[in-house]
Amino acid sequence: MLGALSWSFQEADSDRVDSLLEALLADSGADRALLIDRTGQLIAAADAAATTDATAFASLAAADFAANEQLAGLVGARDFSSLYHQGSRQSLYLAGVAGRAILALVFGRAVTLGMVRIKVRRALPPLEALFQEVFTRPQDRGDDRLTAGWANEVEVEIDRLFDGV
Amino acid sequence: MSMINYASREINCKIVYYGPGLGGKTTNLEYVYEKVAPSTRGKLISLATESERTLFFDFLPVDLGTIRGFKTRFHLYTVPGQVYYNASRKLILKGVDGVVFVADSHPARLDANSESMDNLYHNLAEHDFDLRELPFVIQFNKRDLPDALSVANMNAALNPTAVPAFEAVATRGVGVFDTLKAISKQVIKSLS
Repeated sequence: MLGALSWSFQEADSDRVDSLLEALLADSGADRALLIDRTGQLIAAADAAATTDATAFASLAAADFAANEQLAGLVGARDFSSLYHQGSRQSLYLAGVAGRAILALVFGRAVTLGMVRIKVRRALPPLEALFQEVFTRPQDRGDDRLTAGWANEVEVEIDRLFDGV
Repeated sequence: MSMINYASREINCKIVYYGPGLGGKTTNLEYVYEKVAPSTRGKLISLATESERTLFFDFLPVDLGTIRGFKTRFHLYTVPGQVYYNASRKLILKGVDGVVFVADSHPARLDANSESMDNLYHNLAEHDFDLRELPFVIQFNKRDLPDALSVANMNAALNPTAVPAFEAVATRGVGVFDTLKAISKQVIKSLS
């Protein structure tokens, strides 16, 4: 569906995701693991090399996944639940999570695709369970900072940043 | 819509520049990229054809810094304007928080503007999204054309709900930041 409803990640959610991504990295031998919202926003990253432009990566990975979903429809498949991009040095594996997120693994030549598939398959159920919890609990902003006061300060910052450029 | 990450204290908002082909959507983003401080923006990504027509989208993240403990960032996207790229446009609209419609002031492009506006309503409505409930502004671009349509005519054709509209010459930056400020503020208001 277009325009997923607003949702929020709390501290505990993030800790769980971080742990799962770190464990996946350690288990698989991959270089980077990223969790990305289907709209193109980064949720979390475990980045062994710490050199990825994660914002750009998230936007492109979401577009890639979305475009391939449409291609799947055109060839009569319900979806492509995972994608694999093979490079000479680094490769990329993307898997859908609960219809709302994408798990991305970047890995080098020392890691086999079969290993990545197995490890991702094991990592998906706890991630999907977490997302189900996040999406089904009542929306609570959980913080009093997102108030009109916050909006006013952001507006001042917008003026400061964009005036006179 | 927007994702609020209380753990990493980040708010990311998605703003999409929509409109007919060659109307100036990419030019808007290029001007923003050129003018804001490098520390404020990320990389400008353009998925374009060899002739520099937008094939899939352009993407530019703009960082407002940390406000009341929240790192606040706008993700600016364009869509490909040409009619036959509709599947791509639908994908880019996913999770949109605010829309800028960039209209071309050339008289010969009035039909293309109207078709693109209809297409925007249609693409959103197809997914139970109502543009009248979204942060939305219009930019009348190419005001420097000698035979540019009058603003009154363009409003009559494209702006029946009288959303904020801005005159622009995006190639020179005129109106680019007025437009961006207006949509940014609307999006922020919608979150608070």
